[in-house]
Amino acid sequence: MVDAAHDQVDFVPPAEVEEMELYHPKSFLTKYVFSQDAKVIAIQYSFTAIAIGLVALVLSWMMRLQLGFPETFSFIEAEDYYQFITMHGMIMVIYLLTALFLGGFGNYLIPLMVGARDMVFPYVNMLSYWIYLAAVLILLASFFVPGGPTGAGWTLYPPQAILPGTPGAEGGIILMLVSLAFFIVGFTMGGLNYVVTVLQARTRGMTLMRMPLTIWGIFMATVLALLAFPALFVGAVMMTLDSLLGTSFFMPAIVHMGEQLSYGGGSPVLFQHLFWFFGHPEVYIVALPAFGIVSDLISVHARRHIFGYRLMVWAIVIIGGLSFIVWAHHMYVSGMNPWFGFFFATTTLIIAIPTAIKVYNWVLTLWRGNIQLTIPMLFALAFIVTFVNGGITGLFLGNVVVDVPLSDTMFVVAHFHMVMGVAPIMVVFGAIYHWYPKMTGRMMNVAMGQIHFWITFLGAYAIFLPLHYLGFLGVPRRYYEMTDTTFIPASAQDLNAFVTVIALVVGAAQLLFLFNIGWSLVNGKKSGPNPWRATTLEWQTAQTPPGHGNFGKELPVVHRWAYAFGLPDATEDYVPQNLPPDQLNSDYDNSKLSPDTPQAAE
Amino acid sequence: MYVAVILILVAVGTVVFHFMSPWWWTPIASNWGFIDNTIIITFWITGVVFVAVILFTAYCVLRYRYQEGRRAEYEPENKKLEWWLTGLTGVGVAGMLIPGLFVWNQFVNVPAEAAEIEVVGQQWNWSFRYPGKDGVMGTSNVRLINDDNPFGLNPDDPNGRDDVLVDGDDLHLPLGAPVKVLLRSIDVLHDFYVPQFRAKMDMVPGLVTYFWLTPTRPGTFDILCFELCGIGHHAMRGSVVVEAKEDFEGWLGEQETFAQAMRRTGTDKALALRAQQ
Repeated sequence: MVDAAHDQVDFVPPAEVEEMELYHPKSFLTKYVFSQDAKVIAIQYSFTAIAIGLVALVLSWMMRLQLGFPETFSFIEAEDYYQFITMHGMIMVIYLLTALFLGGFGNYLIPLMVGARDMVFPYVNMLSYWIYLAAVLILLASFFVPGGPTGAGWTLYPPQAILPGTPGAEGGIILMLVSLAFFIVGFTMGGLNYVVTVLQARTRGMTLMRMPLTIWGIFMATVLALLAFPALFVGAVMMTLDSLLGTSFFMPAIVHMGEQLSYGGGSPVLFQHLFWFFGHPEVYIVALPAFGIVSDLISVHARRHIFGYRLMVWAIVIIGGLSFIVWAHHMYVSGMNPWFGFFFATTTLIIAIPTAIKVYNWVLTLWRGNIQLTIPMLFALAFIVTFVNGGITGLFLGNVVVDVPLSDTMFVVAHFHMVMGVAPIMVVFGAIYHWYPKMTGRMMNVAMGQIHFWITFLGAYAIFLPLHYLGFLGVPRRYYEMTDTTFIPASAQDLNAFVTVIALVVGAAQLLFLFNIGWSLVNGKKSGPNPWRATTLEWQTAQTPPGHGNFGKELPVVHRWAYAFGLPDATEDYVPQNLPPDQLNSDYDNSKLSPDTPQAAE
Repeated sequence: MYVAVILILVAVGTVVFHFMSPWWWTPIASNWGFIDNTIIITFWITGVVFVAVILFTAYCVLRYRYQEGRRAEYEPENKKLEWWLTGLTGVGVAGMLIPGLFVWNQFVNVPAEAAEIEVVGQQWNWSFRYPGKDGVMGTSNVRLINDDNPFGLNPDDPNGRDDVLVDGDDLHLPLGAPVKVLLRSIDVLHDFYVPQFRAKMDMVPGLVTYFWLTPTRPGTFDILCFELCGIGHHAMRGSVVVEAKEDFEGWLGEQETFAQAMRRTGTDKALALRAQQ
């Protein structure tokens, strides 16, 4: 495997791009607003995603207040509650996580890490952001139309999504569907960029099997999204037609509130197939970038190569492929033909094998490493804990017969929050602490980072672990209030109150994180170009933050994989990907070039 | 040091919480104990993996903490170790999947002797239908639903005349007899679930879905709607009474049949008139 670490081929001349070929922006407007620089677009995506994510955070507080202290907050009616859960779910999954991982991290990291000047279609990339922004604004507009936003649940199941009796059936649902269509159009523009850039714009020597796993994760997630979102798109179009024109794609003969409706012949189950054909890959659209990024965080901060790189790449590819043949495990009790259960339970449980391999390899990367407990490493450790926890509860729900009692209980809520909420968000935080120095030239404050980390990790775990047990008890999800039953003890309400209090605290801790982002911009220690002494190309740029065009006159040439940590024959414990093989013993530690090198360790 | 300790506490705390939790299955009242067993198997296999991974992580954090000047070991791959881990994971997955599919096979194959009953859902209440003395459900159609015929039964179908209709009362089931629960919705999605029975299924307008069970414990249990169905979802509740066969039959005899309902509403006269014409 040592041959994978070094470039044995003859010297290749570096690729040059003439200054002429880069269309540098000439005005403030084209540099910072209608920018075609992927790094600026990345920051625009990230800020928009985090801003709308804060709306979803507040919505989660409101619903927790209702669950924890029912009848205390009289302003939260059943109608409001169902609107809160719907908007919270949709915002978090699509408008925050998908946009942040692909539009945010994808834009920032793909060109830098593969050694490209920019995305291959910068203008289309710019349009991608503005259409995304329009989608967000349309979504927000639904809060202000008569009837408010839709309260159909984030799954938007017809018939109820478009019938009175569900909040937002008048206008909210239409705005939701239109917003989703905009999002998908915008995403497709960005997604084509990410895929083509990875396939066509890698610098010399950057073979696919030398790419950092961050890029593999984002790349594969983008491929999934390009193939999966069209299913949601057609579902949204058909439901819009059912609602506005009275077509019957998803609407069978219905008697609603004592009145015969003119629908007939459509199938509500068809919508569920379309939704989950998108919806299950969507889980991996969020998870794969997290898998990739956390691999790099673990490797850099444990000062050790990722363990089993090739298997990690193949696991990403296999998970991506399998994610298209497991969707109906969301529909075991939907009324579809029950014989499907055999097939989908089998495919679903098989997907656990490549996923488990990834977990083993993360942990085996730590093994015999030299672990620096930096803030990004802490978040990576928290990811391992929460992802393993959330992953194994997936083995419950994926096993069709076990899903029968657990589906639509709080167990499901706890499972998917742990596995695709908490775990990827741990990676988001770790990644922001990790790449912030490259984006700004300054380190984030470690003390604030420590407080933020411990409250967020332990708090989120304390919120979602016990909720699984309410699910065993049989407490349903999506209940505005749980009136007396014969089987739920009073202590369940105490647990709900506890969870609400913790949720408020964890939410408040995020304000400290946001404050840290702003505070460190001015007061953070200067980071130098490569504070973590990392190997990948984004840390080897001439300027920090990198200017338009990313690299200097010459693009870097890659000589080895991204994980040359602890090479026995090198001076330092890391070897940048672009360091020529004959300079392994020279003083290449560029962080030493900076007079004010920060403490990498806590 | 403290990071490793906290990781260990998280792993141990999770296990302790699991065994000490006051929130657990509500005692079962059906034949689906097999489902509970599959879950116990799943708990053991996944629990061991969870604890092992977290404890190993904690060990690494403790043992391989950063030391200035030390180098991580350079061993990019270890095929033998990777194959072993893959193989063991495969065995663990099979250990959960095979019993699961075995039980699912029972779940989808309804015993021939199961008696049919029907549950009809609408925003936001339940109603129930029994096949009557002939043991056969009459046909129904959403288009036939009106105030006098809330179930949408076909008045021309002789099989439906003796069907017993229960609207606004509890569902009753005989103890120890397998039942196939046919599920119908007339408006939006609903889901019929009794936590003590462990079995649930969505009710889909335009389809008749089903599951089966054998009630094994007498008592009165809650019926809850388990598929979001609008602003009254959380209030869509009902009760099921499981009782000895004699009590069940006594209760059933007091309920109104479709023929009686038609006489009460005068629908039968209109029908007879139509037949004459």
